[in-house]
Amino acid sequence: MAKVLLDVKNLSVHYKIQAGWVYAVDDVSFTLHRGETMGLVGESGCGKTTTGYGITQLLASNAYIKEGSKVIFDGKDFVEMSTVPSKKFPGYRRIVEYHPEMRKYRWKRISMIFQGAMNAFNPVFKVGDQIIEAILTHENVTEEEARKRVERLYELVGIPKDRIDNYPHEYSGGMKQRAMIAMALALNPDLIIADEPTTALDVVTQDKILGEMARLQKENNVAMIIITHDVSVVAEMAHKMAVMYAGHLVEVGSTRQVFKETAHPYMEALLKAFPSIKGEKKRLKAIPGSPPDLANPPKGCRFAPRCPYAKDICLEEEPPVVEVAPGHFSKCHFAEELYGELGGEANE
Amino acid sequence: MNEENNGGDVVVKVRDLKKYFELHVGMFKFWGEPIYVKAVDGISFDIRKGEVLGLVGESGCGKTTTGRLLTRLEDPTAGSILFHGKDIAKLKGKDLKEYRKNVQMIFQDPYESLNPRFTVLKTVMEPLLIHGIGDTYEDKVEMVIKALEDAELKPAEEYLERFPHELSGGQRQRVAIARALVLRPQFIVADEPVSMLDVSIRAGVMNLMLDLRDKYGIPFLFITHDIAVARYMSDRIAVMYLGKIVEMGETDDVIFNPLHPYTKALISAVPVPDPDHKHGRVEIKGEIPSPINLPPGCRFWPRCPYAQKGLCDTKDPPLVEVKEGHYVACHFAEKFAAGEEVPKKESALA
Ligand SMILES: Nc1ncnc2c1ncn2[C@@H]1O[C@H](COP(=O)(O)OP(=O)(O)OP(=O)(O)O)[C@@H](O)[C@H]1O
Ligand SMILES: Nc1ncnc2c1ncn2[C@@H]1O[C@H](COP(=O)(O)OP(=O)(O)OP(=O)(O)O)[C@@H](O)[C@H]1O
Ligand code: SF4
Ligand code: SF4
Ligand SMILES: [Mg+2]
Ligand SMILES: [Mg+2]
Repeated sequence: MAKVLLDVKNLSVHYKIQAGWVYAVDDVSFTLHRGETMGLVGESGCGKTTTGYGITQLLASNAYIKEGSKVIFDGKDFVEMSTVPSKKFPGYRRIVEYHPEMRKYRWKRISMIFQGAMNAFNPVFKVGDQIIEAILTHENVTEEEARKRVERLYELVGIPKDRIDNYPHEYSGGMKQRAMIAMALALNPDLIIADEPTTALDVVTQDKILGEMARLQKENNVAMIIITHDVSVVAEMAHKMAVMYAGHLVEVGSTRQVFKETAHPYMEALLKAFPSIKGEKKRLKAIPGSPPDLANPPKGCRFAPRCPYAKDICLEEEPPVVEVAPGHFSKCHFAEELYGELGGEANE
Repeated sequence: MNEENNGGDVVVKVRDLKKYFELHVGMFKFWGEPIYVKAVDGISFDIRKGEVLGLVGESGCGKTTTGRLLTRLEDPTAGSILFHGKDIAKLKGKDLKEYRKNVQMIFQDPYESLNPRFTVLKTVMEPLLIHGIGDTYEDKVEMVIKALEDAELKPAEEYLERFPHELSGGQRQRVAIARALVLRPQFIVADEPVSMLDVSIRAGVMNLMLDLRDKYGIPFLFITHDIAVARYMSDRIAVMYLGKIVEMGETDDVIFNPLHPYTKALISAVPVPDPDHKHGRVEIKGEIPSPINLPPGCRFWPRCPYAQKGLCDTKDPPLVEVKEGHYVACHFAEKFAAGEEVPKKESALA
């Protein structure tokens, strides 16, 4: 097995708002090996982007990281490195913006494809120049060398070279997304965090870009975290997956384990609510109610108000994370009992 | 198109419908030649009683424009729309208002389609006021309550005084559905009604629409870019590409046996929620071009792996019925249908 590249331990990121706190990410733990792709999946507002930005410490200024959180990348704890204890809020740490050590990691070792990358390029500069600039900022190369590299990257992601000197508005949505991928690859990082990389695109373009990403990931042995609300994108792309619900990781495991030997009631419900073009057409089952407000999450299990298996204890106590099989985790009071019983597709 | 199966159960019959938007770009005007966006360029289909027709295709292919034409929010450039046999394409004034009462549209964005300053009661009652329906205020309130309960907002009384920001996304879309239902429409156009909703909520809204169809026999035109959603919702599917319908048929015929090269590509691109499913990669080139400078001949040829020089780039293939109820607009449709080999590449256009 390859080396562990990223070890996220008990990461909690909360946002300070006037009325109190938004518990956006709570006690999240997972590991990622070199060259591995993980899908981070969940509904809108469940904390996916906050988790991604928590890794690179690029959070909003009202974000605080709870004491005890660790983000260990290649042996180095980012939390220790780039945060200081908050004087205003004991028990929390504040991110030091533009931390010089942290900046050395961003782009060079970890790059990001931002959610809504369609608008990530500055409209007044040529796209190619923006990528060249990023290379020049981080590496000691000549402009000519940087340009050569951009040409090669364009070829890799499938944009004609003669489009390097176009402005962002001259690109289609799919081309901007590809250029963003080129930018993410430009410094040959160890990890790419891709936040909804294809959500705004048509399926045909999505398919091509995902294919491109999978190929580049394999060829360069770069690890990837793909953040998406679409479980089918995860099924297609990821070796392992983490399912997020209301700020918690409720299930983590290999993609096969999570889909085929589902161990958490939320994942089961998600699969039953998701339409597919494959197989027989079955009546979908909606999940009753809606996700909780993270400024005011329910006590106990955050899924309890919507869970068909909920018992009294679920309303009172936060469930532990249980390892139901090697590398397969479920945050549920009844994980052991339900494991093997839940109707993942294969179990029906 | 086959005229035989246009029996009495056809509610909406669309023939050769077109909508060209004139572009008001100064420079083009200056040269005297008007420039048109051919958003909808000659489409024909029927929607039968109690049927859901799914309309799918990539962004900009003309889905919304089709929906707006059918609800007469847009005037057609040419063609006919027969509603229970009566041409409504050119209706005006009082007749148009009467038609609009019978035909309702549900939009994509439940955040934008509801007036933020209106309570649920006022929102759902508004159409009744516009069309002068219900004798007394109490009658109207009763109709509103019935519509809310049909949209599964129960007990309705709990929602009447709420504002949109006090509702979840799924609840807002249910209010929009109640608003459409309150007039007892005979036809509903739903334009991406679940695209903005989270998966866990989406299934409930989709089931609601299917249940309403079963209960009242209301036919739907269901517009979506999501093929899996289209499959779940539709009895039949029509696939649009650059303003034209390129394939239409029973849902599972189109999904499992697509005959048009574009549909084949579209369907093979859909990711499947199953890690064991391995699908091939799409083999079509480039991205959907703009509907301003349409290629001559088949408008798919610049991207089509089967395109043949001298045929596809000159002659526009008509939509023909290649199997019972399965219509395809491709010169090689018959061959695809018969399972014959259609050569790729060597004869294909560069
Ligand atoms: N700067 C902020 N201040 C306060 N709350 C915030 C802030 N940023 C995000 N949140 C809240 O934190 C929660 C998690 O947000 P996040 O953006 O991480 O979710 P997400 O899973 O990425 O959602 P989406 O799928 O919509 O992108 C949400 O409830 C959101 O409203
Ligand atoms: N009022 C208008 N004036 C000019 N062009 C228009 C107008 N409305 C639509 N169009 C153009 O007509 C074409 C079809 O647009 P339409 O909105 O019908 O597509 P669509 O299939 O609904 O796309 P989407 O999936 O993005 O909603 C597009 O090229 C669009 O830019
Ligand atoms: S802990 Fe209880 S409520 Fe939560 S998922 Fe498990 S069974 Fe359901
Ligand atoms: S008519 Fe020719 S170009 Fe058009 S879809 Fe068929 S094979 Fe392709
Ligand atoms: Mg996000
Ligand atoms: Mg549209």
